[in-house]
Amino acid sequence: MAGKSYVVTSGKGGVGKTTVTANLGTALALRGNKVCVIDSDIGLRNLDVVMGLENRIVYDLIDVIEGTCRPKQALIKHKKADKLFLLPASQTRNKEAISPKQMKELMIRMKEEELFDYILVDSPAGIERGFRNAIAGADEALIVTTPEVSAIRDADRIIGLLQADEMYEPKLVINRLSTELVKKGDMMDQDDIIDILSIELLGIIPEDEGIVASTNMGVPIVLLENEKAGPAFKRIARRLEGENIPISLTGDIEETLLNRIKRLFGINRKEPERV
Amino acid sequence: MFEILTKWLRKKEDSKEIGKNRLQLILIDDRLGVSHETLDSIKDDIFTVISKYFDVSEDDVEMNLQKEDGSVALVASIPVLGMKRQSVTTK
Ligand SMILES: Nc1ncnc2c1ncn2[C@@H]1O[C@H](COP(=O)(O)OP(=O)(O)O)[C@@H](O)[C@H]1O
Ligand SMILES: [Mg+2]
Repeated sequence: MAGKSYVVTSGKGGVGKTTVTANLGTALALRGNKVCVIDSDIGLRNLDVVMGLENRIVYDLIDVIEGTCRPKQALIKHKKADKLFLLPASQTRNKEAISPKQMKELMIRMKEEELFDYILVDSPAGIERGFRNAIAGADEALIVTTPEVSAIRDADRIIGLLQADEMYEPKLVINRLSTELVKKGDMMDQDDIIDILSIELLGIIPEDEGIVASTNMGVPIVLLENEKAGPAFKRIARRLEGENIPISLTGDIEETLLNRIKRLFGINRKEPERV
Repeated sequence: MFEILTKWLRKKEDSKEIGKNRLQLILIDDRLGVSHETLDSIKDDIFTVISKYFDVSEDDVEMNLQKEDGSVALVASIPVLGMKRQSVTTK
């Protein structure tokens, strides 16, 4: 089976593209897939830091594209997930140093020479050259948004741009959803967001303080003991593989009264939120 | 009694509804490059025309943009309360 490439993008910065790329890539690798995560944020790389691989960089994306080295020499293998590889971005060049065409060729080489099952491209924020490069060689797009007006607005713009580029079926990942705020009526939930964006929902990542510690340590949260974001990322990985795992955060919200009654009678153990 | 209770519970509009409504207005502009002022005036015009023939209430007119398969459709819903009786005396 030929590998599949996904661009992880959002328009707005700081919504969790890098976090999603690192964790989804790791989760897919833990499931036995050969995975490459590519940092396409040239000049502002940080996927390496989030993954704890910053000290092992020798060559980067541009070195491979310019032929300074072979892909194998630039790929950094993760120690805790041996099927996971990072292709880092260059820190000292700018986004104009490569073109969408070169990016497309690189992606084909990664699939054909390195036989990756999954390639995830972490996109920079914005809709300019860096974004163009990031989407160039991708088969599909994953759009990351938070449940905020400005992030959803940018996601909508990105969906439009992707459609203009003939990527008609981007999938949505909602990041940093807080059930407490949703219950209070102070945050849009997935139904509101899907209602507005009308694209397929791939999964929801809850707001999780553990992410901060995970980035401090440079260990993706799917590799740590974690009850919130970690399992949510793992379920998204399985959905990407084609498994049908229901997304049922609303269930938990809408059934709170019922659950409360059940708990009163001791029928219900507290189930973790499934997202 | 219940009314008082529900009113009290809902004394402030959820901020998410405000956010969602604002977002919907913003996206109309973004998606079409048409402002919602323009949309409002289209709505007014449609209402004026329809009300020549049907008994309709301006408050019930709903109009929005729906996105499907890369195209945008302008969808209007105008509940008809009744037919206007044609006057027989005037020509
Ligand atoms: N689910 C989450 N819960 C809590 N913090 C998060 C979550 N996802 C991301 N963050 C934090 O948000 C910030 C931005 O995330 P990042 O992945 O770098 O975004 P982007 O790549 O889109 O700019 C980081 O500090 C990250 O730790
Ligand atoms: Mg980033």
